[in-house]
Amino acid sequence: MEIFLNYLYVFLIGGFICMLGQILVIRTNMTTSRILVSFVLLGIVLEATTAYDYIYGVAQAGISVPIVGFGASLAKGAISAVRTKGILGIFTGGLEATAGGIAAAVIFAFIFSLIFRARTKKTG
Amino acid sequence: MNYKDRNKKYNEYIKQKIPKTRSWPTLFNAFWVGGVICMIGQGIGDGIRAIWPDLAGGAVSACISIILIFIASLLTGIGVYDRIGAFAGAGSIVPITGFSNSITSPAMDFKNEGIIFGLCVKMFSIAGPVIVIGVLASAVVGLIYLFI
Amino acid sequence: MIKETKNQTIVLKNKPRIIGNYSIAGPKEGKGPFGEMFDYVMKDDFFGEKTYEKAERKMLEHAIFGATDKALLRPDNIDMLICGDLLNQIITSSYAARAFDVSYLGIFSACSAMALSIGIGASMVNAGYFKNVACATSSHFSTAERQFRFPLELGNQRPPTSQWTCTGSGCTVLSLGGQGPYIDSVTFGKAMDYGVCDVNNMGAAMAPAAMETMISVFKDTKTKPEDYDLILTGDLGKLGAEILLDLMEERGYKLGKNYCDCGQMIFYHDQNVLMGGSGCGCSATIFNSYVVERLKTGQLKKVLYIATGALLSTTACQQGESIPGIAHALVVKADPPFEQKTVTKKEKLRFAENIKNQLKKYNVEVE
Repeated sequence: MEIFLNYLYVFLIGGFICMLGQILVIRTNMTTSRILVSFVLLGIVLEATTAYDYIYGVAQAGISVPIVGFGASLAKGAISAVRTKGILGIFTGGLEATAGGIAAAVIFAFIFSLIFRARTKKTG
Repeated sequence: MNYKDRNKKYNEYIKQKIPKTRSWPTLFNAFWVGGVICMIGQGIGDGIRAIWPDLAGGAVSACISIILIFIASLLTGIGVYDRIGAFAGAGSIVPITGFSNSITSPAMDFKNEGIIFGLCVKMFSIAGPVIVIGVLASAVVGLIYLFI
Repeated sequence: MIKETKNQTIVLKNKPRIIGNYSIAGPKEGKGPFGEMFDYVMKDDFFGEKTYEKAERKMLEHAIFGATDKALLRPDNIDMLICGDLLNQIITSSYAARAFDVSYLGIFSACSAMALSIGIGASMVNAGYFKNVACATSSHFSTAERQFRFPLELGNQRPPTSQWTCTGSGCTVLSLGGQGPYIDSVTFGKAMDYGVCDVNNMGAAMAPAAMETMISVFKDTKTKPEDYDLILTGDLGKLGAEILLDLMEERGYKLGKNYCDCGQMIFYHDQNVLMGGSGCGCSATIFNSYVVERLKTGQLKKVLYIATGALLSTTACQQGESIPGIAHALVVKADPPFEQKTVTKKEKLRFAENIKNQLKKYNVEVE
């Protein structure tokens, strides 16, 4: 029962964040880049105000899978690096924490774009 | 003739002429697709925790991200992700899979212009701002925390 | 001869005729309402090439060959080639022109290139400078999308006002002799900017230009909308066509049932194209298939063809500039004797295969 509730929260909160994005798309005709940027910023603000950890306690993957989680780990990395390394942490912290995601995206993108070729869109 | 007035009037006329699409179905699609992607992420996380119980929380979420990025990149390659995107809109853009898609798709598109000047240069043409803004903002947050 | 009055229309007294017409379209367009009428429908978007740019080039070459063949000419008999397309530095046209050993005039006029190329070609033929002029344009969904919008595989939703760039190419061969419909008058339009900045709403950017050109056609030739069997605008799309109807009514012209828009017609409603088709290929294929064939058989007598284009540049748009629109118009009239027979699908296919073989030989000769 607990696990079911857990997944329900993940579904509801994750879906809610995506719905916010869709509202932005419909209202402002935002492009992909802008949506991604605004949600990364949202994540950084949530982390900086420590609100992220409270939401993560309930939602888990519901908040960490959306790009909000990417922004939060950027900020989290910067904050913890500043605490341990001082001023150097401002520069190293953010990317260190998200290195895995960025490197994975670059590596897989490189491999798959060598294998496949782009095809015309089938749907509008 | 005053062009400014004419243009303003025309643009206002266009605004009310644009057909109003019903937004509820697309909102619903974005909601459930986004929710399902998050649940898949949770499932992967639970699986990892079940196999390696003593893994740190940070490492688990990094693994989730990497696996989701892999799946999205593969789906982009075989030409499925753009269909999901056309159906779900932000439901497949906002999750980390959308980030992966926005890196893989320009890389695939510009492969023909060469590996260095095509693929590598254009790879971040859409996702580049995310990293730039993210790094800038995280540095600002770090700076603030330095003085607190 | 110098025009007496200051107007935009040139009346061509020597009747330059359309002696050859050929249209080639992509698979999606082939499934549309006009699929049966195109001379050739490609089976896939690559057309046997490695990249979309090469596919578009091959498409254009195919159309030019087809039109010259239909005009019972050899490519060497063409005196001038006028080409246009949508890509930067009009690479499709320029690279396709390499295959032909004739003077080449590359034009850029966005989606209105078909009317502009025929307009220039007809004026030259009328003046007697050139005997046979081939006018061709092409557009390809995948190359245009890559250049103007987003990568093909990006999972995004198209805004509700956006249009689908048609994959297709059309070619018209003009000459003074022979039989067939003739170009009665040509009207070159003005660039009109009503301050529309939305890249995804090109119909709204083009509608004022279409209105301006249409009104000058009516004024210069002293005609009314009812005088034409068909008034065909290029690629305004559903929204643009509605705007044009409103704008024309404001100016006191009522467009009736004889008004149609290529962008609106080329796809069925359920083909997921939102506002309809756009691109050079949209009006070029319809003009070179449906319109010219109907003019040849006499089912249409007098057609006003207005190709519209949004002179869109991604750089200018990112700098916050608005989009100028352009429209060029042609009045095409049918001339007896009319053809009776209609070409069957089988004959078309055989013809297309023939063109393909010729193209292969010709390209080998070039290299």
